[in-house]
Amino acid sequence: MVEMTDKAREEFFSEAQEIVEAFSRNLLSLDASQRKGHPDPELINEAFRAVHTLKGLAGLFGATRLGSLSHRLEDLLDALRLGRVELTLDVLDVLFTSVTVFTRLLEAEQAGEVEPPAALRDLLEAIQAISSEQKKRGGLAATYDLDPGMLAVLTEYEEHRLRVNIENNVNLYRLRVRFELSSIDKELESTKDKAREFGEIITYLPTGEASSADSIELDLLMASPADYATVAAALAGDNAILEEIPRRQVGGASASEGGEGDELAVSEDGLEADRLDEDGQNIERTGSLRSITQTVRVDIRKLDHLMNVVGELSIVGNTLAQLSERVRAEGSRQVAMELHRLQRNYARRLTEIQDGILEMRMVPLGQVFERLARAVRQMSRELGKEIRLVITGAETEIDKLIVEELSDPLMHMIRNAIDHGIEPVEEREAVGKPAAGTIALNAYQKGNHVMLEVEDDGRGIDEAALIRRAVSFGAVDKGAAAELTREEILSLVFLPGVSTRQEVGDLSGRGVGMDVVKTNIAKLGGVIDLHSEAGIGTKVTITLPITLAIVRSLLVQCGPQVFAVPLSTVSEALTFDGTGTRQVEGREVMTLRGSTLPLCRLADLLMIPEYPRPAREFVVVTTMGDRRLGLIVDYLVGQQDIVIKPLGASLGSVRGFAGASELGDQRVGLVLDTAAIIEEVLTPTEMRRHEVRHG
Amino acid sequence: MRAFVRAALEDPAAGLGPVDVVEAATGFDALRLLPRGPYQLVISDINMPHINGLELVRFIRQSDQHRETRVLLISTQASERDRERGLSLGADGYLPKPFTPEELWSAVGQHLPSDAPAQRRDG
Repeated sequence: MVEMTDKAREEFFSEAQEIVEAFSRNLLSLDASQRKGHPDPELINEAFRAVHTLKGLAGLFGATRLGSLSHRLEDLLDALRLGRVELTLDVLDVLFTSVTVFTRLLEAEQAGEVEPPAALRDLLEAIQAISSEQKKRGGLAATYDLDPGMLAVLTEYEEHRLRVNIENNVNLYRLRVRFELSSIDKELESTKDKAREFGEIITYLPTGEASSADSIELDLLMASPADYATVAAALAGDNAILEEIPRRQVGGASASEGGEGDELAVSEDGLEADRLDEDGQNIERTGSLRSITQTVRVDIRKLDHLMNVVGELSIVGNTLAQLSERVRAEGSRQVAMELHRLQRNYARRLTEIQDGILEMRMVPLGQVFERLARAVRQMSRELGKEIRLVITGAETEIDKLIVEELSDPLMHMIRNAIDHGIEPVEEREAVGKPAAGTIALNAYQKGNHVMLEVEDDGRGIDEAALIRRAVSFGAVDKGAAAELTREEILSLVFLPGVSTRQEVGDLSGRGVGMDVVKTNIAKLGGVIDLHSEAGIGTKVTITLPITLAIVRSLLVQCGPQVFAVPLSTVSEALTFDGTGTRQVEGREVMTLRGSTLPLCRLADLLMIPEYPRPAREFVVVTTMGDRRLGLIVDYLVGQQDIVIKPLGASLGSVRGFAGASELGDQRVGLVLDTAAIIEEVLTPTEMRRHEVRHG
Repeated sequence: MRAFVRAALEDPAAGLGPVDVVEAATGFDALRLLPRGPYQLVISDINMPHINGLELVRFIRQSDQHRETRVLLISTQASERDRERGLSLGADGYLPKPFTPEELWSAVGQHLPSDAPAQRRDG
């Protein structure tokens, strides 16, 4: 329309993205209701509205390809909602494809690509093919004694709903109701809510009789399977008179073609007589200037910026604390106390701001789960495997940035589960499993971490095949392979190039997956664990930090240097005098409350040049998933909230560090990447050599 | 859509002179606002939640106070049937969506009585 500012563009993309996501959610519900045999008309309406809004948005921003797709899709949805086209699984396939294409178009638009994505043309053709098969609607015998005046003012959609209800042989009622103009919205809502329990309101016709300046009389046409007494008890009252519309004696009544009003084109649609049209959505959206939800869309980068500022402020706070210490030491008690109080107050407020910002960054995992549900549906249709996706914990919240990075790894795992895990139907039935395979997607919070599980009830990982494959790849030699524990065998899956399947799967493709998945999860500070039982299924567990923005850390010292260890990965710290350790498999270990704890000297690991060690050292016990490692350090310096800054391009690939951070007294320290260190130290040497070679 | 119509009508290029545009968010809103008229022209969509445009036309035509008010219906091109119904119920004109400001000006010019500031409402 007008010159678009960057801000407006961003708004456009995020709004369009949101609409597409809502549309996708809506299709999933529609898919479910279609499979039960009763596609919910209201869901079709919602889908229609979503696409309609998208069309308007695209028009406003001159996004022509997006606009033309929305337009065609809107026509198709309109035909669906008017009953001209039947909602079949094939039609749903096309609708689901459109979600993918919309997303692709938005990306293309954002990147300024000129070429239309190839998928767009195919989709438009598919929509065209379906739309061209529109049914001609036949007339319906006039089985109800409906007022022609009322029939004359029905829109096509209302007529369709009336027809559907008549076909279902429900009762039709006319509710004559008087509303005060001043409170009509409220009264109307309450009437609608009550009516919804019994059926559908098809239309609201102002009678024009006895209307005064402050009140208005309406005839509501309503369809309901309930009998007169039931509906009357719920809806009739002082201002509302209910009449049942009598059925005609069937026989002579002629069918009408639904053209002019006298025919019986009564359609019902009681649930929501929203008529949608070009404006349907706008009406709702602009009906009031007040927004319905109390939310503000914010660019995540702005929150990042705020978080950085808070980080700087907390450094100021630390300096303030040190200053207050010094003042006290140097004698001015009064000033020291004032300063101390001030500093405490400052720190408290700062924590509040920090918590507030962190909370703003949190989004429910449901966002990414919806995308996955769509993919599962598509894959199961393509492969002809029936899949039941069970999702729990969709409300679990996690940092927005993490959510964004999760969809690809999760998608890959789910593909694996469907392609390799879930057996073909005959195979499942042969071993007594239900024909439909189940994939469970679970999320829950555990302390400072979010746990994500992808579990299938398929055939499990074929360990023998996995070893053969790893050996043929040179990842392990035959001799070493024989000594691997089960856990170690399963972890072979994460080596580059290893796949349990010789031929390339249609969905999961070549064996380049799990290693990439693992790397990506590690970049988010997470770890991935895998359990599998032959014949029973596979479960992949991902442990992720709740946020990446601020990390509460334990500062430790080794020689001249201070390092930060994310506190979320620290379970405890103990003093260590060098006694009580022993060697197991060439590694120093100690016994901690009955279980064996592998140890590693941080100074050796980081190859810090020799320096005189203190007599008493400390062991920091770090954990990741179900693995533990004790890091031996010189001193514990203290705890601090830090904002991690990336190391920059030239150092970015150095393993073992998550980044750097200012530590308060103008010093910069490195932040340990605990997951990577545990991985590095605890992975059997054989496999590690391989990784280094490939890596 | 309402914003678009308003902007188009208020555009000096429309040649409508000073117009006083009153917006109604829904059919009910329109019923509420009608008595505050008189209005020279009502512009309404056919598909609206609750009270639809056809019902609004019928109401206006049957009402003693508003009978003379002119009504311009707008709706999507596809709904031929709704257009015919609207006109047979007494709408003065019909403009298929989507339309350009020029098309709107021309339709409004055609249905607006020549005197007096124009007014409109729209669902």
